[in-house]
Amino acid sequence: MTRMIDIYSILPVMIVAGWALLLLVVDLWIPRYRKGITALLAAVGLAIALGFVLASSGSTILGFNQMVVLDGFASFMQVLFLVSGMAAVALAYDYIQRMNINHGEFYVLMMFSIAGMMLMSQAYNLLMVFLALELLSIPLYVLAGFARTRLESEEASLKYFLLGAFASGFVLYGTALIFSATGQLDFVGIAAVVTAGSANSVLFLIGSALLLVGFGFKIAAVPFQMWTPDVYQGAPTPVTAFMSVAVKAAGFAALMRVFLVLFPSLSEHLTPILWLMAALTMIVGNIVALAQNNIKRMLAYSAIAHAGYILMAFVAFGNGEVVRNTVAATLFYLVAYGLTSFGAWALVVVIEREYGKGILLDDLAGIGKHYPWLGVAMLVFMLSFAGVPLTMGFWGKFYLFRTAVQAGYIGLAIIGLLTSVASAYYYLRVVVYMFMKPGEPKLQINPWVSFVIGVAALAVLLLSLMPWTILELASRAVLLLQ
Amino acid sequence: MPLSYFLVLSAIMFTVGVLGVILRRNALVIFMSLELMFNAANLVFVTFASYYQILTGQIFVFFVMAVAAAEVAVGLALMVAIFRTKHSIDIDQMSSLKG
Repeated sequence: MTRMIDIYSILPVMIVAGWALLLLVVDLWIPRYRKGITALLAAVGLAIALGFVLASSGSTILGFNQMVVLDGFASFMQVLFLVSGMAAVALAYDYIQRMNINHGEFYVLMMFSIAGMMLMSQAYNLLMVFLALELLSIPLYVLAGFARTRLESEEASLKYFLLGAFASGFVLYGTALIFSATGQLDFVGIAAVVTAGSANSVLFLIGSALLLVGFGFKIAAVPFQMWTPDVYQGAPTPVTAFMSVAVKAAGFAALMRVFLVLFPSLSEHLTPILWLMAALTMIVGNIVALAQNNIKRMLAYSAIAHAGYILMAFVAFGNGEVVRNTVAATLFYLVAYGLTSFGAWALVVVIEREYGKGILLDDLAGIGKHYPWLGVAMLVFMLSFAGVPLTMGFWGKFYLFRTAVQAGYIGLAIIGLLTSVASAYYYLRVVVYMFMKPGEPKLQINPWVSFVIGVAALAVLLLSLMPWTILELASRAVLLLQ
Repeated sequence: MPLSYFLVLSAIMFTVGVLGVILRRNALVIFMSLELMFNAANLVFVTFASYYQILTGQIFVFFVMAVAAAEVAVGLALMVAIFRTKHSIDIDQMSSLKG
């Protein structure tokens, strides 16, 4: 029996999914040269959903017989997904016109993917986790190949598809083993069986490890990162921006929810693995990024490295005393990383003249002189990425490192600190190319793209001055985490 | 039959699937290996649904089948698209993205 409260608990998800279905039909009547209307309608749909998320934030509901949960954590994540969805639409509007891939389905697929992410943040049953994972992934396989007939895009799409489905296979088999160990699928039931001690511990442990592998692919943690640079480089840039922020956040949402609710008892076994993954992710991401000439690839490796910093704080997931700090610091970092990342990717959208062309470091030469505002905005993003003191990225890293040290992983914090110092080299190299090298760039800047850059830069600057506003919101979101 | 037979069979299926994805070079064969991984999980679900006498496991299998069908639709479309451009779906030849 469906109650009103059940509908209420997933109302924003239903709005996004329903709006996307309607938009798919409405788009048929919108002529090809006026696809801006589709973009606008998509953004309106996301904004309405955002309104409902904000209106219902603060309540804690278990809906549909504990299939989904609505709590502060889910609301926080959903705001992140919806805002990055709107930013991606703003970046895509001009980009897909220039690249001649101007189809309305672009926005529809993006909305379906966002619906999957929102559901992922609310999932409270392993069936929902699996379905949400697929709902967010399948549209993205198509989006990565959206510039089809261009080989880079098709290759990126096929690689993403094969490795994404591979990851889903791991998640699915892990779910099956957890079901075999406990006979339950919903989190409440599994947690009860585990607490009672009647679960088959071997199957349960293997299942949790397989889930970790599957989510590791989604958040692009080493050693499951090999698809990331190729896919990020080959996919259309707005899609890459969206993937690097929202998909990563969705992966972390799933990882945190599943591990914090189901696996605290396994922390003894999983912590060493997570420790190694975090250390490798930070090292590999930052070191390989040093050698990159292509900005898209460089940002891809930087995205891997940032996932490593978050994993560093997550290593302590079984430690009840610091786990709240872990979640709050992670949420804060995802906001800081998301804002900075969208700004940086927007610059790539600006300088990319033809599909995949004009995005080498050399192409940045002279931008600082001819387009000073663009140069200054990029300076802000790069400093924040590098974690230069008193920028938002610095506060994010500070909270993460503090959590790691509180939990006693000082070695890991030192690795993080050293790699983050190394990362300053490739971030500042971007700034050097922009301001110090002579060049005559000819850019056409779409107002929507500059809007994204401006808002992201302003937000990073403001939040650098008062980071506690977001941290307070994140901490409040954690209090509601079930 | 003892429960462990089913578990061992599904573990073998899963391992064959994983090895297939890692070792084979033809995208279609990789895709078939992926299906093997999914079906290994399905076998565990139905086995334990019958063992615990609860239906959730069997319902999960239906969802997995539907999702796998959606994935097939997207995956095969991708392969057709890439075959038109490249006249090959050998993943060793997918090398236009490098760094």
